[in-house]
Amino acid sequence: MTIARVDRPRRAPTAAGRGGADAPSLPRRYRRRSRLTALAFVTPLLAYLAAFYLYPLYRNLDLSLRDYTVRSFVAGDAPFTGWDNVQKVLDDPTFGPAMRHTMVFTFVSIAFQYAIGLALAVFFNRHFRLSTVLRALFLIPWLLPLIVSASTWSWMFNSESGVVNYFLHFFGADPVGWLTSPDWALTSVIVANIWIGIPFNLVILYSGLQNIPAELYEAAALDGAGAWQQFRRITFPLLRPVSAITLLLGLVYTLKVFDLIWIMTKGGPGDASSTLATWSYQLGFGTLLPKFGPGAAVGNILILIALVFGLAYIRVQRRQET
Amino acid sequence: MKSRARARSYTVVGIVLTALMLFPVYWMLNVSLTPQQDMRRNPPDLLPLHPTFEGYRAVLDDQLPYLGTSLLIGLGTVALTLVLAAPAGYSLAKLRPRGAGAIGLALLIAQMIPGIVMAMGFYGIFLDLGLLNSWWGLVIADSTIAVPFGVMIFAAFMSGIPGELIAASRIDGAGTFRTFWSVVLPVSRNALVTVSLFSFLWAWSDFVFANTLDGGGDLRPITLGIYKYIGNNNQEWNAIMATAVVASVPAAVLLVLAQRYVAAGVTAGAVKDQS
Repeated sequence: MTIARVDRPRRAPTAAGRGGADAPSLPRRYRRRSRLTALAFVTPLLAYLAAFYLYPLYRNLDLSLRDYTVRSFVAGDAPFTGWDNVQKVLDDPTFGPAMRHTMVFTFVSIAFQYAIGLALAVFFNRHFRLSTVLRALFLIPWLLPLIVSASTWSWMFNSESGVVNYFLHFFGADPVGWLTSPDWALTSVIVANIWIGIPFNLVILYSGLQNIPAELYEAAALDGAGAWQQFRRITFPLLRPVSAITLLLGLVYTLKVFDLIWIMTKGGPGDASSTLATWSYQLGFGTLLPKFGPGAAVGNILILIALVFGLAYIRVQRRQET
Repeated sequence: MKSRARARSYTVVGIVLTALMLFPVYWMLNVSLTPQQDMRRNPPDLLPLHPTFEGYRAVLDDQLPYLGTSLLIGLGTVALTLVLAAPAGYSLAKLRPRGAGAIGLALLIAQMIPGIVMAMGFYGIFLDLGLLNSWWGLVIADSTIAVPFGVMIFAAFMSGIPGELIAASRIDGAGTFRTFWSVVLPVSRNALVTVSLFSFLWAWSDFVFANTLDGGGDLRPITLGIYKYIGNNNQEWNAIMATAVVASVPAAVLLVLAQRYVAAGVTAGAVKDQS
């Protein structure tokens, strides 16, 4: 759910250069042995990554470049067809809507998650009674299994007996077929996804706020800056690096969302809430006549988009370190 | 005096906001206690005035095997993740093998790959190897969510261990493995807890791999138990929501027991150098 990175571990100042293994004065024989030990400790991981990351990815690429049927999937002799599957997917009438829904789902979710998360982070940054406990409770939606959140929202959005329509009725509005009407299905899954994503934004942005020195606010208050001025002139600019990381992580994470949409609407009604992720699954596993090739091709397009944002994230993080 | 009144009003606002945020969780509890005949009442009962435990009885009757399987898969995933991630994290942080930077980058990219793509790749492989519908096949698949994260948390944490501690153990005559086992691991307790908790929670919550790779097995996890409920008898929402409540227990335990590990572990990974 979060992307961890430590490819450049920060060393504690006391440990710098004095670690047992990397001292340059050791005899060469010992140094070679320690290099072998270093390798021995990391070899299981390398073998694992090759077998359970690279190989599945290779299989997926292979799927997308061959014309698989159920029979040839089992027999393993599907003819090589190159870019045919990709072409087929691009020409499919579902491609346009799925792409558009993916973008709307991702960007609208992120915009709201970030705005609400930031507002809450600023709010919880003022220490008051119970603030720690309440902030901890805010994490719950994030830690719940997705199937739990998704089925709860499904029932809340139920057209006849859902509590959301009851509240609408209370305010005099007509009931809405949240999950059953093509006009509302995408909105419904976005609402649920925003709810799930707020805690993550809150946690990261809150930890960013902790690093803004309190003296800055005191000085600004002495100069007569109000709360809004302080937010605009101090909080927001100083939080920019953390905001960039939060938004990019959010992008990478939200692009992948599958469980939530699949459980709530299966991408329907029709294609009304299908994204690249659900469409890929629909093609590969959602029907009695699986189309593994096109499904894998959609998956590869999704990887490409995720990598673009992912590399942007790595760049931003690197620049902040130097 | 004025500032104290203000602080109190913040607490009130905070409680209101938290209540709004947690309304769906409350609703899940409320529905799980609602008798079947009241389920479609209009207006719905906002409070469980006539609580029934028939939903929870259904959990006991139908869902126990699923819960057991999820526990098994969760623990298996934790074990596999720790065995792979702890030594690798130590190596990247302290032993610095050649190509450590490249490994770090690979782990970072690995976390960006969508689960459905992995699921599709695994489906083909598991079909060849006859691993479909087996619980330990699911352990392998679920561990791919946690291993890159685990390595990075261990590396971040272990790079903070003072070199003197390791050097001292060397002088006492301990080899690298001995040092790792009896010095480094014991002081890395926080990282061990963080990685274990998250890998358990992710394996417990996994739906994509379960639905793809274990849809027809004898041992299926609780996420599929709920999914099957939704598909089959979509009238008995108290049973569905009761199962959801039970399936949320690990998350609640995690939150209570490990609040500080969660915050520390997550921020260590995501906004390193900021703290």
